[in-house]
Amino acid sequence: MKKYLKTHEWAELDGKIATVGISNHAQEQLGDVVYVNLPEVGKTVKAGEVFCSVESVKSASDVYAPVSGKIKEVNKALESTPELINKSAEGDGWIAKIEVSNPKEFDNLLDKAAYDKFVKESE
Amino acid sequence: MELKKTPLWAEHKRLGAKMVEFGGWEMPLQYTSIIEEHKTVRESAGIFDVSHMGEILVEGHDALRFVDKIITNSVSKLKNGEICYSPMCYENATIVDDLLAYRFSESKILLVVNASNTDKDYEWILSQKDNYNVNVKNLSSDYAQIAFQGPKAEQILKKISGVDLSKISFYTFTLGQINGINCIVSRTGYTGEDGFEMYFQPDAAVALWRKLIEIGGKEVKPCGLGSRDTLRFEATYMLYGNDIDDTTTPLEAGLGWTVDFTKPVFNGKEVLLKQKENGVSKRLRGFEIDGGIARHGYEIFDGEKKIGHITSGTKSPTLNRSLALGYVENEYSKIGTEVLVDVHGKKVKATVVKTPFYRGSVKSK
Repeated sequence: MKKYLKTHEWAELDGKIATVGISNHAQEQLGDVVYVNLPEVGKTVKAGEVFCSVESVKSASDVYAPVSGKIKEVNKALESTPELINKSAEGDGWIAKIEVSNPKEFDNLLDKAAYDKFVKESE
Repeated sequence: MELKKTPLWAEHKRLGAKMVEFGGWEMPLQYTSIIEEHKTVRESAGIFDVSHMGEILVEGHDALRFVDKIITNSVSKLKNGEICYSPMCYENATIVDDLLAYRFSESKILLVVNASNTDKDYEWILSQKDNYNVNVKNLSSDYAQIAFQGPKAEQILKKISGVDLSKISFYTFTLGQINGINCIVSRTGYTGEDGFEMYFQPDAAVALWRKLIEIGGKEVKPCGLGSRDTLRFEATYMLYGNDIDDTTTPLEAGLGWTVDFTKPVFNGKEVLLKQKENGVSKRLRGFEIDGGIARHGYEIFDGEKKIGHITSGTKSPTLNRSLALGYVENEYSKIGTEVLVDVHGKKVKATVVKTPFYRGSVKSK
């Protein structure tokens, strides 16, 4: 099950590995994504901290780590086709897989209904 | 402060545009996608609401002499019906604004200036009046403006034009009817493509806007400020506040072709003459960025030494390359020079490349 941050990232846990990306709402707000500054594999990230950036035609946006852990894999397809994020932000446009150090952090994230409500209220 | 709205504001909302603040105006950033809108202009034609632009009229016996004093280019050398692009400089040769000067007659020149600078420009121009016999008026709220840009602009606009568009050559204008409305029509633009800019009374804007979308069919898209910026960037047209401002001179920006040194007096002449003789210390250049995107304000280095800064940058939608404009110390300005740009704390290789990055269908003189 996907969980969300108020800063518009998502994470989905499978065993110890969380797949993370930006939400569909975030991609709509950004517009055409033209570059993804992918994190380095092996790097340790902390929940709530910036771990990479996504660039649209107009601007660069920081992406916050939904969970703490170590980057195990990045979505190499985004190097040549960053527009995958526009086409499928919460699917093929995932950004990284993180080996989570504290699965409990997942409890702090919003479920889909709560996130959608948050987006609606902030509009 | 409440944002200003153009007469087409409700049309933008109706079309579902994403709106942004720009120079005190609420303007459309994009309707669908910046890249799609950009490509439509390169391939067929796009329609832009540029009613936020300012129009300042200079009338009177000394109009030519006065405008030639405040801008670096020359309206005395134009014929009636011709236009020139020019920086307007302070005494120290840094730039107040860049503008288009439309010469109606020896006693009537219309200056089209940047939206965000209109009030500043008007005050500045008034302060320069001295003993010149001119009357200066800010007519910005009397005009709406639509830019219709792209290689197919002429053939589409022809359908509703009461003037022979083929007779309007590059950087000239005429008065006539488009869609039955009295307009100033010029073959000018800010995209690198052929096209027209039309100035007319604000209450006629909605009808003309809708008509252009209707007759354009699939070949025309409404385009926002996002694609206006990427299009002008590829064509290496200056954006005031990014590439030029009150810390840069026309010669540093590579606008030497807009400075007429044969004029007896003009603001900034002494400084510019010195720069011409001794060379400039910094120079605006194009860069290709090797990884990532360089944005306005990013710093340029040679090793650890800071040698300049980026003024504009994006991934070029037409060329699909990460490109940027920026000022570098003169010794690094040669084409092919390799420098470093700090992109999010990482120093990325960048190479000085030729500008303009892209030449579109724009006619030349």
